Amino acid sequence: MLRALARRLATIAPTLVGVVIVTFLLTRVLPGDPAAYFAGPTADQASIEQIRASLGLDRPLPVQFLAYVKDLATGNLGSALSTGQPVLTELAARLPASAELTLTALLLAMAIAIPLGILAAVKEGSLIDHVCRVVTTAGVSLPVFFTGLLFVYVFYYQLGWAPAPVGRLDVFFTEPAKVTGFFTIDALIAGDLETFRAAAAQLVLPAATLALFALAPIARMTRAAMLSVLSSEFIRTARASGLRPGTVIVAYAFRNAMLPVVTTLGMVFSFLLGANVLVEKVFAWPGVGSFAVEALIQSDYAPVQGFVLAMALLYVALNLLIDLAYGLIDPRVRLES
Amino acid sequence: MDRRAFLSSASAMLGAGVVGSGLPWAQAFAQSRQDTLLLISENGPNNLDIHGVGTNRPGYEASWNCYDRLITYGLKTLPDGSRSYDKDVIAPELAESWTVDATGVTFKLRKDATFHDGTPVTAADVKWSFDRAVSVGGFPTVQMAAGSLLKPEQFEAVDDHTFRVTFARPDALTIPDLAVIVPAVFNSALVKKNATEKDPWGLEFTKNNVAGGGAFKVAKWTPGTEVVYARNDDWKCGPLPALKRVIWRTIPSSGNRRALVERGDADVSFDLPAKDFAEMKKAGKVAVASTPISNGMWSIEMNVTKPPFDNPKVRQAIAYAVPYQKIMDAVLFGEATPLFGAASNTPDDLTWPRPTAYATDVAKAKALLAEAGFPEGFETRLSFDLGQGIVGEPLAVLLQESLAQIGIKAALDKVPGANWRGEMAKKSMPFIINFFSGWLDYPEYFFFWAYHGQNAVFNTMAYKNPALDKEVDAARAAAASGDAATYAASVKKMIAIAYDDAPRIPLFQPHLNVAMQKAIGGYAYWFHRQLDYRTLTKGA
Repeated sequence: MLRALARRLATIAPTLVGVVIVTFLLTRVLPGDPAAYFAGPTADQASIEQIRASLGLDRPLPVQFLAYVKDLATGNLGSALSTGQPVLTELAARLPASAELTLTALLLAMAIAIPLGILAAVKEGSLIDHVCRVVTTAGVSLPVFFTGLLFVYVFYYQLGWAPAPVGRLDVFFTEPAKVTGFFTIDALIAGDLETFRAAAAQLVLPAATLALFALAPIARMTRAAMLSVLSSEFIRTARASGLRPGTVIVAYAFRNAMLPVVTTLGMVFSFLLGANVLVEKVFAWPGVGSFAVEALIQSDYAPVQGFVLAMALLYVALNLLIDLAYGLIDPRVRLES
Repeated sequence: MDRRAFLSSASAMLGAGVVGSGLPWAQAFAQSRQDTLLLISENGPNNLDIHGVGTNRPGYEASWNCYDRLITYGLKTLPDGSRSYDKDVIAPELAESWTVDATGVTFKLRKDATFHDGTPVTAADVKWSFDRAVSVGGFPTVQMAAGSLLKPEQFEAVDDHTFRVTFARPDALTIPDLAVIVPAVFNSALVKKNATEKDPWGLEFTKNNVAGGGAFKVAKWTPGTEVVYARNDDWKCGPLPALKRVIWRTIPSSGNRRALVERGDADVSFDLPAKDFAEMKKAGKVAVASTPISNGMWSIEMNVTKPPFDNPKVRQAIAYAVPYQKIMDAVLFGEATPLFGAASNTPDDLTWPRPTAYATDVAKAKALLAEAGFPEGFETRLSFDLGQGIVGEPLAVLLQESLAQIGIKAALDKVPGANWRGEMAKKSMPFIINFFSGWLDYPEYFFFWAYHGQNAVFNTMAYKNPALDKEVDAARAAAASGDAATYAASVKKMIAIAYDDAPRIPLFQPHLNVAMQKAIGGYAYWFHRQLDYRTLTKGA
């Protein structure tokens, strides 16, 4: 197990080096002149050049790259021109916001999709199977910004049930003291139920929007995996031996169907984290996605690089976790490695 | 179960989760809401200091409300009842009084003014701040230079409360330029304490901290999310603002900004798209204000160094092919001031911006094009700034359609916002749709940047016409020497030349649109197109 872990970790290093080089080059290849953009409305050529020099963009690429690597080594990711803050601070402040939203959405999606997928497989061709099909089709075919706006329109604007979509917390609340960066958890730690309720209420609509989107792959994968396992011989044996259907489905079938489901969960989590930009925009959620897109639009290199790097690290860590989880779920995977 | 049934049951479930968590706290905070303004807009500041590198427009707003200038502009009521700054009235702010002589202007500072940390404001602070503005480079230095404020030697702290600016040359814009955002007064001791060798002007410090003495302090700033302001109760440079707190949230989605105002959760929504504005005005649920952006216009600009646009007949042909009224109706929903269809290109007064004599006339356009030697039309590329795509894109499509009628095939070239300025500076685009506005509201100021042969970035047409330059220079000189008759004659001539020669075809003067609750009073339009919190009030 430890050896496998070490071997796995060793493969990470070249990935990261690759990511650093590619992000650096990619951002430089992009069209657009950040110096001209940030020089402001009445800038002349001289002041654009001045800003270019102060950003270090007048130096040759290899020199810029060396400076970038040196900064990286000291934990300095540069400053975001769009918010004026160091990228590291921004990412540290925004990752918990994105993570809180994404995790809530993922849990919500799992709570609905996994039982739905299992039921659809067990009662193949039944009403519940059709429901599963409709839900997954609706989930993938409704774009998130549309569902987001629709939810806001119905639940906030028309019905007034949801709080105003103004971000993570209503304007008249103060943030709970930072422990985890998750407002709901921090509020509970501080014992502040009012703030907890406010933070949770802000979460409901964006999380539901994202969950609807994440439902589809999870439910489909669960259904497909369960179907193939349910038709295998050991299940027939288990059934023939008179085990209770519940035991057969949960303990025997689902455990064996979990591998592809966990893989899908990992994938869904990572693309939700990166791709919830639109939901973040609609709900004014101060997450990493909207931050990175904003930076990209302005050709602001540092945050884009920082974002890609952070995402790469996250993917790598997530893949590692999933690999380790395989070993726990299925001993055969452990033996093979 | 079909999709509709699914959606309704899912929404019922969701609703059940949310209901009951809606209103109770809103009442608990009713008291603090009374003197707190909740402001929403698309973007927040990236820097609290206008002298910073790349400070964005919302950053100007923070600077305007948190710092004082020596002087400011007065307010006036426009014919339509809305309020605006008055470019002709200079009002005291940090300076109590001033006297202008032949070589300079001497300001007497208020003796009781203090910075937020309690230190008194002295002339040395003013001198240091002005030195900073003309030395840091970038936008602040360019803006100071627009008023001939060029070098530190021009500024002198005579004694603690007397400050003198020596004119570099006679320039009518020197005093107006002292009332814009850039010449703000900084707490020099505080900034110097936080300056480093690499950053002698302390730009890093003032990026995140206010070192001023203005009517508001920044109580909390979460970049990209929120700015919370608290009133400076010791402010002496004007009447104490009615609002004790201002919370400014960034809401990127325009639909949500609209929903927030219409539901009464936000007090002011600043800078709305024309469509939302027109619809909200019609619905009448909230108060709306719309003011023409002073000295600003959207226009079609043709690079006269790139054939066939070097031919004035081609340019005039295009001016007659533009679907002006369609643009007003379909792109702006009527919420703009038209700049076309006047009786003549030669002005009868000094109103600026003013309409051209062009109007949609396809037959005339075809005739002009044939005269120019292009009876079959030609192919070109029409560029616009995607960063302002909400106006630019539909406008470009309408224009493309109309040009096709006279045989001109224009391929649309969408330039991302980040590239736009760079492309403009290169003057590589032959045919563009663009917006320009000048802070200082004088026609010769607009012409100096946008038409003059000095070929600034905004002269995207690369237009060089000695006859026009002569009039612009004459108008500037006449303004400086106070020769009203020569000034009027030159301004009229330069407008006539520019409109007849048509390197730039004015389309419309856009409006700055604001929606607010009916209880909000005291809104005024400012040249910098940001919100001044100081005059705002919130009724019951």
